[in-house]
Amino acid sequence: MSTVQRNMSLTGEPPKTINTQQKIASAIGLIGLALLFLALFNLNFPNKTLWLSASLVMISSGIIWFSTAAYLNKHEGIKNDGLYFKSLTSRGFWAWILGITLTLFYVVLYWFPQYLGLVQEGDNKGIVALFDPLSKLLNGGPASQWFVYGTLYTVAILAFGIKFILKYRNNKYEKLRTYSVMFFQLGFAFLIPELMQRLNSDSFALPYYDLKNIWPLNYYNFEQYRVDEFISAGDIGLALLIFGIVSIFIITPILTYKYGKRWYCSWVCGCGGLAETAGDPFRHLSDKTQVAWKVERWVIHSVLVFVVLMTTAVVHSYLGDDSSKYWLSKDVFLISVAVLLTLVFLGVWIFKRDELQKDARIGSIAYFVIIISLIALHFSTGKTLFLFEAETLRQSYGFLIGAVFSGVIGVGFYPIFGNRVWCRFGCPLAAILGFQQRLFSRFRITTNGGQCISCGNCSTYCEMGIDVRAYAQKGENIVRSSCVGCGICSAVCPRGVLKLENGPLEKRIDSNEILLGNDLNLMNYVNK
Amino acid sequence: MEHIVIIGNGIAGITAARHIRKLSDKKITIISAEADHFFSRTALMYVYMGHMRWRDIEPYENWFWEKNRLELKKGYVERIDTNSKTLYFKDDGTISYDKLIIASGSVTNTFVWKGLELNGVQGLVTKQDLENLEKNAPNNKECPRAVVVGGGLIGVEMAEMLRTRNIEVTMLVREDAFWTNVLPNAEAEMISRHIISHGVDLRHNSELDKILGDNNGNVKAIVTKDGEEIPCSVVGITTGVKPQITFLKNSEIETDKGVLVNRKLETNIKDVYAIGDCAQQRKPIGNRPPVEAVWYTGRMMGEALAQTICGKPFEYNPGNWFNSAKFFDIEYQTYGWVFSESRKKNYEEQFHWKCKSDLRCITISYKKENGEFLGINTFGIRMKHEVFNRWLNEKRSVDYVIQNLKQANFDPEFFKNYEKEIQAEYANQSVTV
Repeated sequence: MSTVQRNMSLTGEPPKTINTQQKIASAIGLIGLALLFLALFNLNFPNKTLWLSASLVMISSGIIWFSTAAYLNKHEGIKNDGLYFKSLTSRGFWAWILGITLTLFYVVLYWFPQYLGLVQEGDNKGIVALFDPLSKLLNGGPASQWFVYGTLYTVAILAFGIKFILKYRNNKYEKLRTYSVMFFQLGFAFLIPELMQRLNSDSFALPYYDLKNIWPLNYYNFEQYRVDEFISAGDIGLALLIFGIVSIFIITPILTYKYGKRWYCSWVCGCGGLAETAGDPFRHLSDKTQVAWKVERWVIHSVLVFVVLMTTAVVHSYLGDDSSKYWLSKDVFLISVAVLLTLVFLGVWIFKRDELQKDARIGSIAYFVIIISLIALHFSTGKTLFLFEAETLRQSYGFLIGAVFSGVIGVGFYPIFGNRVWCRFGCPLAAILGFQQRLFSRFRITTNGGQCISCGNCSTYCEMGIDVRAYAQKGENIVRSSCVGCGICSAVCPRGVLKLENGPLEKRIDSNEILLGNDLNLMNYVNK
Repeated sequence: MEHIVIIGNGIAGITAARHIRKLSDKKITIISAEADHFFSRTALMYVYMGHMRWRDIEPYENWFWEKNRLELKKGYVERIDTNSKTLYFKDDGTISYDKLIIASGSVTNTFVWKGLELNGVQGLVTKQDLENLEKNAPNNKECPRAVVVGGGLIGVEMAEMLRTRNIEVTMLVREDAFWTNVLPNAEAEMISRHIISHGVDLRHNSELDKILGDNNGNVKAIVTKDGEEIPCSVVGITTGVKPQITFLKNSEIETDKGVLVNRKLETNIKDVYAIGDCAQQRKPIGNRPPVEAVWYTGRMMGEALAQTICGKPFEYNPGNWFNSAKFFDIEYQTYGWVFSESRKKNYEEQFHWKCKSDLRCITISYKKENGEFLGINTFGIRMKHEVFNRWLNEKRSVDYVIQNLKQANFDPEFFKNYEKEIQAEYANQSVTV
């Protein structure tokens, strides 16, 4: 007798999930991971260099072998078979186990690094100690919990990046994009800042600086200790500080105008890098409902307002303390911020008013009025700027947004809410880039005439929860602020309907109703 | 308020309903016995393959219907009395209409084969077919082998579905390559090779004779016309579809293969219309068949009829023909007319190019006498609908199309371009001719 359980719902019987090679590969990877766990429980490895190398090599090669066994024996093409039948990728038991494990890891990482073996005075223990040799090799000093995290993060992007490349090996856009995030993670986020630490001495110190990490994602970039370090490090430091400012005010707008926010979010960014590689198996879990979209708009723009207020308050708090160090005075700074915000606000309302939806109108006016009144209140009555102490704002932001949102929820919940929760609902840099992408950029996803069959692959596999199909089936191009340009909607489309493109601003959104159906002269007749 | 009743919640019926709502305030009721909500029929395969859940193939969220005041009624219409303008449901109850739109779609087309009634014999057209396949072929233990009868779009989809669960598939195709009644031979042969490369036991020139059952009424095997017996647990009948019109048998609505309509999509009875797969044009339009069972034409008819119903008399006047499909990993698009060997017009000439990879090819069809561009089939290279639509309207020459092919490319950024290769091949062939 067959033991197959038949249920009446439309949930299939999974095909055999993994083959023998994949099982062996998984075992190797898990043993590598287990070595780290042993270190976590203070097993003191005699030769740390050897054991750390063994662990990292086993993890990476396990992942890569698993991927070759999964994809190379199959045709090039879309590889989503059985995704909704597998526990790990359909919010089943293993998804929850993974989610809880990742969440716990982040909690320990942020708030209890001592359990990872971090020792402030004296020699590290546990897993942090295991990473000491690598840390000494790169930056000359002992490891910290952040070094451990950075190394594992980089390994994840590299190994899962190779997995992604094998999975999408039929698609050159996906391959190039992945090479790019792997390069930026390894070079800019990991090796360069670590090596830069070597330059530091008693008389010269540069802050740890991942050059591609742009404010406000890098919300702490203009805090006093960093600015002080930049300034005291002479020309190089000053150059880095200026680069940080130029990044957000000049480089970012130019590139976003030309290519859309994808140049950053899915080609450069580290958060995006992890989401696109390790997070790829969870992309379909993003919420596509209209309610989720509404929540997204309010939450992400509120985070943006929060980070602007927080940074303004923090910079304001230390300016003018020492006029020899800072030529900018408190008042000049504050007025500049107010002027800049006013210009952006007016610019959008004058030139792009028609493109703002109702909630965008309410939100922009409300937030603008509140910020400007708070600044005015400060000038007129001398009340604390933004009512709270700068330090309180800084700490709250760091805790709520920097740690809880981007780390614990952002990555810990990959297997439950999808891989781009942070990017979609939280990232203030994504909010700025998206704002520009929606209103002032050449980027769009073009719909190919009337070829859409409303199948839903594009919407399902959109990690940002955009209902791509809603536009495609109307023959409309997709111009959405949240789109990170990963290109997967276009890849999974079975009828060749979607294409990511940069083109002229005119008619970027118009739909092509004629091609949806009836002949041209008839449509003219209708429109009369 | 005028009451519009639509039988069928597929693409034709729903498009009509949406456009009527856009243009008017009429009361709209949509009846379906198949599913609670509109879904993408062309996406049924992805649910079985585990790419999407059922709700993912429904293009609108559940609040959409109430918000747009589209009343949904689940039920099977058994009889229509056009004199009293009343519909009678199978499970009792009636509903009356002012205007009736029949958009009941298709059912699987079968021939007279012995054994069609056995468990495990099924098509792949409806939601119920998908549920049946889930039951009949949950995995390769329950269903080690399936036989798919018919080499068309649904057949290849079914083969792809079953292969994702490692079920052995034998595919019986009457012709000597896949879908040769539509595709030129070179293309059909390429697709045949691709299907075989996916582990499908594709039998050309092979036809079903009968289906054999066991004592429990389940499929046990099939026998081909050559007398070969192939054991299997599922038989997929994918020899096309035909209009679903049995419920109209005793009505006064005139039918042939489908519901007969004129260019305004009106039937012989006033205030009764038919659109989509179930409609049959009294006079075929251009090269189009009188019954068009295609997603896109259903959508166009729905749009056109909505205008008529809302007081702007409007003919169904489809523009240039287009269609698309995907055969395992190879995407297919067509614009204009490219005919197969058997249906080729005597004025038609074809240029064919195939990539070394055996995964891409194009066929461009043109008029022998003056080189006027008639249509293109493209496999593995995405091309722009808008551009070909324009070129067809402008009656461009084949030379022009070949020289400007790059303009029509719609492949993702950084993909390899094949225009140069195609142009070289074209120049080469022109010289030898």
